[in-house]
Amino acid sequence: MWNFLLAFIPRAIVQGVPLLYGSTGEIITQKSGNLNLGIPGVMYVGAISGVIGSFLYENSTANLNPMLAILIPMLCCLLGSLLMGLLYCFLTVTLRANQNVTGLAMTTFGVGFGNFFGGSLIKLVDSDVPSIALSATSSYFSKSLPFASKLGWFGKLFLSYGFLAYLAVAIALAASYFLNHTRKGLHLRAVGENPNTADAVGINVSRYKYVATCVGCMIAGLGGLYYVMDYACGVWSNDAFGDRGWLAIALVIFTIWRPNLSILASFLFGGLYIIYLYIPTGMDHMEYQELYKMIPYVVTLVVLVVTSVRSKRENQPPESLGVPYFREER
Amino acid sequence: MNKKEPFFHIVKRDALPWYQSVGVRAIAIVLALVLCGILTTITTGIDPIEVYKSIFAGAFGTERKTWITLQNLSILLLIALALTPAFKMKFWNIGGEGQVLIGGLAAGACMICLGDKLPNPVLIPVMVLASIAAGAFWGFIPAFFKAKWNTNETLSTLMMNYIATQLVAFYTIVWEVPKGSGKIGIINQNSNAGWLPQIFGSKYLLSIVVAVVVTLLMYIYLNYSKHGYEISVVGESENTAKYVGIKVEKVIVRTMILSGAICGLAGLLLVGGINHTITTTLAGGQGFTGVLVSWMAKFNPLTMVFSSFLIIFMDRGAGEISTAFGLNHSYADILTGIILFFIIGCEFFISYKLQFRKKAEKEVQ
Repeated sequence: MWNFLLAFIPRAIVQGVPLLYGSTGEIITQKSGNLNLGIPGVMYVGAISGVIGSFLYENSTANLNPMLAILIPMLCCLLGSLLMGLLYCFLTVTLRANQNVTGLAMTTFGVGFGNFFGGSLIKLVDSDVPSIALSATSSYFSKSLPFASKLGWFGKLFLSYGFLAYLAVAIALAASYFLNHTRKGLHLRAVGENPNTADAVGINVSRYKYVATCVGCMIAGLGGLYYVMDYACGVWSNDAFGDRGWLAIALVIFTIWRPNLSILASFLFGGLYIIYLYIPTGMDHMEYQELYKMIPYVVTLVVLVVTSVRSKRENQPPESLGVPYFREER
Repeated sequence: MNKKEPFFHIVKRDALPWYQSVGVRAIAIVLALVLCGILTTITTGIDPIEVYKSIFAGAFGTERKTWITLQNLSILLLIALALTPAFKMKFWNIGGEGQVLIGGLAAGACMICLGDKLPNPVLIPVMVLASIAAGAFWGFIPAFFKAKWNTNETLSTLMMNYIATQLVAFYTIVWEVPKGSGKIGIINQNSNAGWLPQIFGSKYLLSIVVAVVVTLLMYIYLNYSKHGYEISVVGESENTAKYVGIKVEKVIVRTMILSGAICGLAGLLLVGGINHTITTTLAGGQGFTGVLVSWMAKFNPLTMVFSSFLIIFMDRGAGEISTAFGLNHSYADILTGIILFFIIGCEFFISYKLQFRKKAEKEVQ
């Protein structure tokens, strides 16, 4: 049992990190009253932007500088997801478009953008490599502490991950602190709960919405970057990221808008995501694996229903979530 | 006034005359197409006129291509129509994907399990009933939770998508032919049992006819029936609906059953009439695209014909370009995304207008 957990938990955590980035980003976004269904697209764009950056860098020099090899993809990723965030804000905040529709369009666009450049990047830059495999860059991203392997089970459970995994936890904790213990966080929550009141006390509603959504998108984009660079060892394959973006959005409700809870919940979901690999099915009944893959979605649905049945006041979404704010319409 | 007045401010318009609002949208679409053309020229290096020519050739180049374009159009239209009544009452059903899949699965199940037991005239009605019932059931579940406990429908329908996908994946392995291949292949290839009939000797016409009929029925249902009226009232304000004695819960459940049922019908057409097989990508993202099509048409079934045409046209055209230049087919999604952004953005100029500072001062004087 102990050996099983020792093998299972690190893999669950690795699966959970992209979800954690996505859900932290989406929580910050939703706290400002923006329901961004474009997060799956943003995560794709973040991932592919990082891939493009490091692909160009790896092909331009023979000797990679470790600092640049990490910084270039990260900056590209942040820039790509920031642009997506700005697009969403421009449409929903400035132009007051419907948030659901804008989000879905962003997901269509983002997933298409990722798959297009993932599938055509080599042709577009006339490179002669057979596939996008950024193993050199990836090795910097997935480097764990050198003494981790010497510390036995403790090292394996807590120290065997690349730096982005720890960054995810740090960001989630910071977001939690920011939302609950700072004045800016209070203002942000006010904007999400009731923008009229927030406006009346002199909070710049549009600015808060812009900043929160863009920062949220940048955090979510890092989740995509982590997936490609660390989890997938720098190999891009189309649609491999799959539905994790949607699961991240579901996690926001699962954790009732709390980034610190999201840390545990993401790892739990990461575990549910791969649990089918550990339930014995026998060789001639592989089909049951497909049913076990259903578990995370069924659990989310059940949690969704249970929280709505209990309907506690403190567990409710931000009051004005999904509603555009127009001062003249008060 | 010591504080500087802003350069412009935003004023809500009265309703624009229809030709102006159509004009604004047309300008947005043209701008989007120009941007798409420029983008294509940059990525592929062909000159812009050729880009539009090959987009057109991709959609209507040959007779067969035209038919496939129309067939794809009819399926997307059907899904968008299915989602429309739900949207009209502000129920964000983004579970079209799952409802189509489950309808297709039910049709496929009938074809596989009953294919050699029942003759076609009995089998096909059974398939129709099964897939409609399956789709309706898939729509009913989130609606029930929404009506009873106000569960967030966006996420519950989304989760239902993945549950349906995994169910299909499960049965794909149960029914795989040959064993170990991981796919079902063409069902009943020799007996053609359960294949929907060809009408007027064309294998493309059936789904087109169904889509036309459903469009007209949906238009009548939404605009000229009591149910349609109740849907609009619930969509505008649940409190008003309650006040005038409409049972909101009942309307939600009833509308979602209808929504799911039509999605199930689309699944039936895909499995029984077009693909003759089931895969987990049966719906191919059209459950999501349908949301956008429906919204672009402002929930009007007749306008939806044009909006779904626009999407399918670009999709087929971009497919042609990407095949010709060895690019990834997702190119279509990028172009679709750009057009959508423009259309979403242009709505602002239909409902609001900008008043610049000078003009505003004049009005004050």
